[in-house]
Amino acid sequence: MTILKTTTLQSDPVERQAVPDPTPMKASDMVRFRQVNKRFGETVVLRDLDLDVAPAEKVAVIGPSGSGKTTILRLLMTLEQPDSGTIEVDGEHLWHKANKRGELIPADEKHLRTMRTHLGMVFQHFNLFPHMSVLRNIIEPLVRVRGMSREEAATRGRTLLDMVGLAEKECAYPGRLSGGQQQRVAIARALAMEPKVMLFDEVTSALDPELVGEVLSVLRELAQQTDMTMIFVTHEMRFAREVADRVVMFDQGQIVEQGPPCEIFKDPTSPRTRAFLKAVLEH
Amino acid sequence: MSWSWEFTWEILPELAKAALVTIEATLLGSVLAMVIGLVVALLRRSHSRLVRGATIAVTEFIRRTPLLVQLYFVFFALPAYGVTLSPLVAGVLTLGFHYGTYTAEVYRAGIDSVPRGQWEAAKALNLPRRRIWSMVVLPQAIPAVIPALGNYVIGMFKETPLLSGIAVIELLNQAKLISSETYIFLEPITLVGVFFLLLSYPSAILIRRAEARISRR
Repeated sequence: MTILKTTTLQSDPVERQAVPDPTPMKASDMVRFRQVNKRFGETVVLRDLDLDVAPAEKVAVIGPSGSGKTTILRLLMTLEQPDSGTIEVDGEHLWHKANKRGELIPADEKHLRTMRTHLGMVFQHFNLFPHMSVLRNIIEPLVRVRGMSREEAATRGRTLLDMVGLAEKECAYPGRLSGGQQQRVAIARALAMEPKVMLFDEVTSALDPELVGEVLSVLRELAQQTDMTMIFVTHEMRFAREVADRVVMFDQGQIVEQGPPCEIFKDPTSPRTRAFLKAVLEH
Repeated sequence: MSWSWEFTWEILPELAKAALVTIEATLLGSVLAMVIGLVVALLRRSHSRLVRGATIAVTEFIRRTPLLVQLYFVFFALPAYGVTLSPLVAGVLTLGFHYGTYTAEVYRAGIDSVPRGQWEAAKALNLPRRRIWSMVVLPQAIPAVIPALGNYVIGMFKETPLLSGIAVIELLNQAKLISSETYIFLEPITLVGVFFLLLSYPSAILIRRAEARISRR
């Protein structure tokens, strides 16, 4: 598994970028960030980020709040645009496409929509549609985006609700469910679209402590059973240790350290990782 | 001169008929204002700067000029350009456009109240923009603003006497016609006021109830 690579790609803004990618992507990369920069006003959120994720790999991104972890997911989900650098998903550029001369130009909405089919995201605040029943939350995107028949979509929806342990709640509205239940529906909804890469953005941070367990156990099972690529931004260190193939420690817009969970948690090399883990685990 | 019940009963049927015109103009004008307001609210969020700018210019122009002047213009001035409308059609169109610029603000507030997470979830599920609006945003934005829209319907209802200015035989105009024939003003004009009160007060109560129901949700 490739972890960190240095590239020679210049950090041009997306608009002006016309440099053919000099480092051909390995067939094994599912997600690839190259020299990605993102700033919000004066604040630099991502600094020359290089990150590779292999197919079926489960990556946990940890680090202090405001370190830019969530931005990684938001750029992948096309909710934010990178200022410079390139992101590839399953061998294709996410924010760019090649023109006739093979130069990278900013992608249009059509390209983004195609690319989004590879990605799914679960949010910190669930973001279920409150005016739709649980089952309809899952069915509508399948019908409207995937062109599935209602019956077929309902069958898939029920299977997934069963998987997250909420088969009996299909007619309920999100407002009637606990946070943990809502998040499990949100997981089912994202899974229904069968993305290649699933993004989990602090999915237990908004939950009452007693509800965290039910969501994590669903995720644990999911991670073990599927060969979907998964990226978790999380503050749950025990979960990261159990589920992740690799832990990425992130601070101030950069990767500080990464490796197998046993290494990162038992014997971190960076003082920043050590300080962070000490603060989190003592808490 | 004192109040004559006999005269009151005599003119009541005529006024009731005219009240129907008032109600008709209000309902048609409201439907139009609801549709136009929504269209304006959506155009103001267009990706095109030109569309946004043009929409703002037109709505500002309509809002900053008096309704009566607009009625006169549509009914008396447009025929110079070959556009001749019946009084009621001219009245309904003008009311609809005028109030549409206000209901647009109501829709805007409703749309803004939909949390950003809803847009993001819809985008992450790859719903096309159209579907995000029709399936996710508007079904949440509109129920919340129904009471506010209702208040504009009542507002418009009370402005319909302005249509008498362009010869629509609505309530006030009918009362004026009666008065000009009989030289009696007390009963006709009082009855007009009572009609308006009888219709607008219960509507206002209904809206207040709807508001309370929505805020409880």
